[in-house]
Amino acid sequence: MKFINYLEKISGIDIYGLTSLLIFVLFFVVMLTWVFKTDKNKIKEISRIPLDN
Amino acid sequence: MQVEKFYYDNKIVKAFGFATVIFGIVGMLAGLWVAIQFYAPQSSLNFAPTTFGRLRPLHTNAIIFAFVGNASFAGIYYSLQRLCKARLFSDKLSWIHFWGWQAIIAAAAVTLLLGFTTGKEYAELEWPIDIAITLVWVVFGINMLGTILKRREKHLYVAIWFYIATWITVAMLHIVNSIEIPVSFMKSYSWYAGVQDALVQWWYGHNAVAFFLTTPVLGLMYYFLPKAANRPVYSYRLSIIHFWSLIFIYIWAGPHHLLYTSLPDWAQSLGVVFSIMLIAPSWGGMLNGLFTLRGAWDKVREDPILKFMVVAITCYGMATFEGPLMSLKSVNAISHFSDWTIGHVHIGGLGWNGFMAFAILYYMVPKMWGTDIYSKKLATNHFWLGTIGIILYAVPLYWAGFTQSLMWKSFTEEGQLKFQFLETVTNIIPMYITRSVGGALYLAGALVMVYNLVKTMAKGKFVANEAAEAQPLVREVAHKKEYWHRVVERKPLTLLVLSLVVVAIGGLLEIIPTFLVKENIPTIASVKPYTPLELQGRDLYIKEGCYTCHSQMIRPFRDEVARYGEYSKAGEFVYDHPFQWGSKRTGPDLARIGGKYPDSWHYNHMYEPSSMSPGSIMPRYAWMLDNLIDTSSTAAKIRAMQKMGVPYPEGYDKIANRDLMKQADAIAANLKKEKIETLSNTEIVAVIAYLQRVGTDIKAEPKPVAENK
Repeated sequence: MKFINYLEKISGIDIYGLTSLLIFVLFFVVMLTWVFKTDKNKIKEISRIPLDN
Repeated sequence: MQVEKFYYDNKIVKAFGFATVIFGIVGMLAGLWVAIQFYAPQSSLNFAPTTFGRLRPLHTNAIIFAFVGNASFAGIYYSLQRLCKARLFSDKLSWIHFWGWQAIIAAAAVTLLLGFTTGKEYAELEWPIDIAITLVWVVFGINMLGTILKRREKHLYVAIWFYIATWITVAMLHIVNSIEIPVSFMKSYSWYAGVQDALVQWWYGHNAVAFFLTTPVLGLMYYFLPKAANRPVYSYRLSIIHFWSLIFIYIWAGPHHLLYTSLPDWAQSLGVVFSIMLIAPSWGGMLNGLFTLRGAWDKVREDPILKFMVVAITCYGMATFEGPLMSLKSVNAISHFSDWTIGHVHIGGLGWNGFMAFAILYYMVPKMWGTDIYSKKLATNHFWLGTIGIILYAVPLYWAGFTQSLMWKSFTEEGQLKFQFLETVTNIIPMYITRSVGGALYLAGALVMVYNLVKTMAKGKFVANEAAEAQPLVREVAHKKEYWHRVVERKPLTLLVLSLVVVAIGGLLEIIPTFLVKENIPTIASVKPYTPLELQGRDLYIKEGCYTCHSQMIRPFRDEVARYGEYSKAGEFVYDHPFQWGSKRTGPDLARIGGKYPDSWHYNHMYEPSSMSPGSIMPRYAWMLDNLIDTSSTAAKIRAMQKMGVPYPEGYDKIANRDLMKQADAIAANLKKEKIETLSNTEIVAVIAYLQRVGTDIKAEPKPVAENK
């Protein structure tokens, strides 16, 4: 059974594909934004947590 | 501000550490034993509890949940206290967690050997134990979150994120996959059937690897590697990306265990795409680990702990590169059902999980006993025994997998299959022998470690409560310029919920359509429910763990259709609670075994497999000829099936045993014609009934007219 079968036969199935793609793109955009906007010194400080005990 | 004095609880870490070592050895011994059964089937001792089908689930469960599980708990409880600068939330909960988990392991060992199993890989434990797991898991979660909430460190270090994601995801996976209808104490049927059961099971199975064997161990890596190397992780930013993308992508990849099966094509493709994407976060994590050692490789030469970690992380990288490759359909066509998969998982199990567990034990024991390791030299010897063991284990299996798979697919010039199935097995026996030598070396290394650790403990003095001090956490007024991620990262509950949302998305988008969209599982009118006798036979098939060596899934390949018959259709499995597609073909596929041989063949074959197929490595099932079918369970089984929508007529449970005996008498009479005397209510009769039924329903179906599209 090919994927195209579902696209043809099932009404509203395309919403799954669209949502998946949207969630996927949004997820990475948000994550990368906050990773790269974070203050460098803060990151450095957190990364040293295991070492100061 | 006043500095607070408090004590780290080392006693609970010690307890989990001991459990790790003990169950590690037990699990490896069970592994070695099943490995030997491949070339010396008589080592099953002709005793039901020690046959491959029951011992193999014991091996996998012991390694996953007892060895790696206890190692993770030990490492998590050790690192969590220090990363939070706080003692564990509640000593009482810690010990309930510890004894609860060990009791589950003990119950698992006994019940698996006795043949109580759900028949779903890595989720074999029956429903009462499933409930116990849920309760103990909740205790673990409360204890962990409680500790995080009373911490004296503002930020949650990335290792803790991995622990939180582990907890919430394993909870979700375990509950969803374990939904089952109890038939009696210690017997249940999976709520799902056939294709849907397969999808849920491998969603669970794949993510058990991800969230029980990977994320907690990655958390341990992010704590213990910087500690052992005495330097912060290479890139903390990368570790954040690693975390979120790993948990987001992993959850979608489950269907790659079901390529070319009757699972709808779109779900298979989705699984493949996400599997390929998984390379990125996995390798991000591996490189982050290895780069942490940049400029410190001289330490690796000296320090056995770092040696173990470097090989562990490298194995993680290899396994997570190999995995996506194996999920490409063209590669999977060769690798699936073969020993290649077994080699692959042992790179992960022996290399990544095992070596990481050894590394943290070598790190924590001297620390908690306030001394140095007894012998660095012995630890280095352990490292080499283990490393050579891994190579000797995996390489022969890769070879065996390729060879056998290509032999399965070979045709003569006349268009006939070139090899009998059995020839492809006997051909790779030398590989099986070498593999068990590798496993034995690995086990020997672990025993060296036991000696070394015992000596280390004798040398030092155990510090049950380790003194520490830190400033208490003050509630901060929110700064104006604060990024939301820092808010998340300081709030463990928000992190928990976000992790759940992220891991739930993939599962939902795959599972819901397969359940709701009717077209995904086209029904076949001629497929009927099993008769009571066949149902009992099927339960024996599950009990003996036949699925550990036999698949019931013919993929649409020329060689498989030529060897086994018509390829499997989704609609054939609608009454299969649970599905029994299997994942490994040590023996041939059984999806079309029905009607292939006479009843007497099965009878003799079960009694002594090599009498029917000389050279067979299948164990004997002689007890099936004497044991009687438990007909008292028939009614309850029928009722359970009815509850799940299997269309037995109303009130059928009351008369089911009458039909059962009628069919059994017919089989016994049939056997008598071939000079085999048997009682008609013996287990063998039920098994024969089931095997003769498997895959035959579709033959009653009128041939469909070719459809042009």
